Amino acid sequence: MRLQRSADGLRAVRDCAPCTGYHTIMRFAIVRFPGTWSDRDTYHALHDVLGHEAEIIWHRTTDLARFDAVVLPGGFSYGDYLRSGAIARFSPVMEAVVDFAEAGKPVIGICNGFQILCESGLLPGALIRNESLQFRCEWGFLRRDGGATPWADGIAPGEVLRIPISHGEGNYQADADTLAMLESEGRVIFHYCDARGDATPASNPNGSVNNIAGIINPRGNVLGMMPHPERAPEELLGGTDGNRIWQSVIASRLTIIG
Amino acid sequence: MPVDQAALDAVALSRDEYDLLLQQLGREPNEVELGMFGSLWSEHCGYKNSKPLLRLFPSGGDHILTQVGAENAGAIDIGDGLCAVMKVESHNHPSAVEPYQGAATGVGGIVRDIFAMGAYPIALLDSLRFGSFGDQQTQFLFNGVVGGIGWYGNCLGIPTVGGEVAFSEAYTGNPLVNAMCLGIAETKKLLSAKATGARNVFLLVGSDTGRDGIHGASGLASRTDPEARFEEMRPAVQVGNPFMEKLLMEACYELASEHGGWVAGLQDLGAAGLTSSVVECCAKGRSGAILNLDRVPRREPGMTAYEIMLSESQERMLVIAKREHVDDVTALFQRWELHCEPIGEVTGGHEVVIFDSGVEVARVPVEIATEPPLYRRQGVRPAELAERNAFDLASLADIAATDALPTLLRLLASPNIASKRGVYRTYDHQVLNGTVTPPGGDAAVVRVAGTGRGLALTTDCNARLCYLDPYAGGAAAVAEAARNVVCTGATPVAITDCLNFGNPEKLEVAYQLEQCIRGIAEACLQFDTPVVSGNVSLYNESRGRAIYPTPVIGMLGILDDVSRHLIAGFPAADRQVYLLGGLVEQETGALSGSEYLEVVHQRVAGLPSVDLVAERRLQRVVLQAHREGLLASAHDCSDGGLAVALAECAILGGHGFHGEAAVSGRLDAALFGEAQGRIIVALAAHADADRLVTLAGELSVPCTRIGVTAAGESFSFDSISTDVGTLRKAYEALV
Repeated sequence: MRLQRSADGLRAVRDCAPCTGYHTIMRFAIVRFPGTWSDRDTYHALHDVLGHEAEIIWHRTTDLARFDAVVLPGGFSYGDYLRSGAIARFSPVMEAVVDFAEAGKPVIGICNGFQILCESGLLPGALIRNESLQFRCEWGFLRRDGGATPWADGIAPGEVLRIPISHGEGNYQADADTLAMLESEGRVIFHYCDARGDATPASNPNGSVNNIAGIINPRGNVLGMMPHPERAPEELLGGTDGNRIWQSVIASRLTIIG
Repeated sequence: MPVDQAALDAVALSRDEYDLLLQQLGREPNEVELGMFGSLWSEHCGYKNSKPLLRLFPSGGDHILTQVGAENAGAIDIGDGLCAVMKVESHNHPSAVEPYQGAATGVGGIVRDIFAMGAYPIALLDSLRFGSFGDQQTQFLFNGVVGGIGWYGNCLGIPTVGGEVAFSEAYTGNPLVNAMCLGIAETKKLLSAKATGARNVFLLVGSDTGRDGIHGASGLASRTDPEARFEEMRPAVQVGNPFMEKLLMEACYELASEHGGWVAGLQDLGAAGLTSSVVECCAKGRSGAILNLDRVPRREPGMTAYEIMLSESQERMLVIAKREHVDDVTALFQRWELHCEPIGEVTGGHEVVIFDSGVEVARVPVEIATEPPLYRRQGVRPAELAERNAFDLASLADIAATDALPTLLRLLASPNIASKRGVYRTYDHQVLNGTVTPPGGDAAVVRVAGTGRGLALTTDCNARLCYLDPYAGGAAAVAEAARNVVCTGATPVAITDCLNFGNPEKLEVAYQLEQCIRGIAEACLQFDTPVVSGNVSLYNESRGRAIYPTPVIGMLGILDDVSRHLIAGFPAADRQVYLLGGLVEQETGALSGSEYLEVVHQRVAGLPSVDLVAERRLQRVVLQAHREGLLASAHDCSDGGLAVALAECAILGGHGFHGEAAVSGRLDAALFGEAQGRIIVALAAHADADRLVTLAGELSVPCTRIGVTAAGESFSFDSISTDVGTLRKAYEALV
């Protein structure tokens, strides 16, 4: 363990197996809304597997200053009553999340978190019921596309990740102008695809337009995605591809020392 | 007040039972008291037809931390100061009336039983039975039940890791919905459902109390419905709110794991609502209670004391808070944005005394309320069994070699055998990052966070076997559950059971109940798997016909090193495959009660048999072989027989198979016979096959090399020659 002086104070630094060399330990905020259930899994992936600091914070928190990145995890905030994410967007923490995002710091919304980001206007479009009208929990493939974002810069364009989905309302929809803008500006970061990387109708688990699985804001620091990277942290659970997303954002803050 | 028959019918008490109550009470009960006694003396709450028989089950053991029936669920020591808490419960009758909410609230109820113990629920399993697959009513019930389970469990964030779905005409109009839940707690932080300590405070937390679910226990679950009036009883089914349950679960777990010292007890509100909750925890705590109904938060004005005491509104818990910590407990629940109201106090007496608007409305002696009359009936073996048992299976023509493949494909596509992926992919089976073996194999494997250990979980019951021979069928259900657990490499440690039967007042049903229980008890002794908890659901009939006797066994096994678990599918190419525990060649008796016999010959016949000693030896060999690193996969031979099991190994593993056995006797019995106690194993790379043969020989367990796994898709066994894609297509018929 070594210490490093940086702009925001002293930080512990240590050798971290999944990354190469030394780096700053990041501090993630994992927001727990009433009804959130991926909070513990996200904590497990970030803290237990990758060795970073993570804190599960209650949705009434309004101060995010001590965090380097914010995760809005999956679940059924407020039971998905009214509409997924529609009530959670009014939680006290959301004002702070918007400020955090506007300051250019990394924010990710996964599953219900993606729905909340859309409801709060940080991302365009909406997530409606799966085309099958059924909940789906299964492994699937994602292709890295689009432009720069700290959440996926460590993943080569065209690379295919294997990550599970688990949702009943993950069918991404937006109007034609928005879609054209998202694709042309390189803001679609993940498309559902098959094992070879082809975005076929059969590989689309929920009917999302253009097989869209994840998108970013214009600045690239806010990512919303339906699949669950925190569920693919270890071989024992079926795969480690989810770590690629966390490692990307960690690498974006990498400070090589010594 | 003279009580007429209609009033007794409303609370499901017989005239004799009422007279007994009068005698014990020494006075006429008022309306509120009658409703409370009726619920508490119902089969559902009082177990009056099953309690004497349940005493036959072996229940204790070094690693068993609870007494059966003493708590909401059974707790088993799993090492490292942790325990597993588990129970299975039925929600059959509500699901028959309103499948979506009935099944959903079944999940809610069993989850509350687990977190009432101070445990965090980490796995759900569902054992489901429906009428004939093609039937329209079956489709309606099936869609509703599966939808309700998914909605509730997914919203809660507890993975549904396993279970069963089976179809048979015997369940037409009376589906079975059995939900099992397992949680983990630090042993020293387990909570009890006891009301102790005079002047401690009853806090009612969670949902407000409404008019839903009144008479659920006495009316729906404790009698049959000869005139098909279940339709009218829809209001007796509760409506679930999984979001509320999620908050309750998190708050109760925080209370138990961080502030257990603040409370004397924790109890859920289930069947018969506040009545059974308060009375039962007073019985366990040898105490009494004073309740003030004015403090019960209600959904609507004008509710009577009767309605409040019998409401089965969901998502409510009763906290028995130490009086000096009432404010602390209240603040904790309020932080979780939950209601928390003091509704009464523990007393030193042995009565539950209830006030409404300052007036005493009921005074119920705890002992009378919790000791209903018990019935033990001498059962009669159903007459129809003689013919079915004696049916000469050898009189059926054997299949031709050319029919072997078409028959295999037909069985793989049969709704009882075909892949249930279409069901379990609608359940979140991954949340909590613990699911190591997802649904679709033999038993599910979940890891225990913070340790290297794993738990294997399964539910099993072949009800056709229980129908043909209740004793052998009961024993076979335990044997199969143990076999499934062993196929993951885990050691079976305990069971929970859900006994689903017809009307026990019929002597044939009484026979089935007793014989199944005896079979289960014998098998539990043999496998050293005591019964730690359970539930009895009687009166499962429609149009005067009882369901198949269906004692669902939920079994727990422990894996010391979860990273070394076995899988069901073939692991790789060029692995030697052995059949342990029985031979390929079988007599026609192996067809007794088989899926093949029903699908191909439309018959439910024969006399099933089970050899528990041989089964135990088989399981010892497999566990020892696994310990020595000889095995890479193991899969049990059950529904559909050897050919179906081999096909499943190939489909699940994605590898081909070349069989080397050649059948000389009955082809149907060899391929599709369901002789009990057989496991297919594929050896680990470079494993010493001779060592496996030696291990099996030492315990006189038959061990036959039957083939080798293959690269690519080709699959052959005796007269069957095909490819894995063809098998998979049939197997995924329902997806």
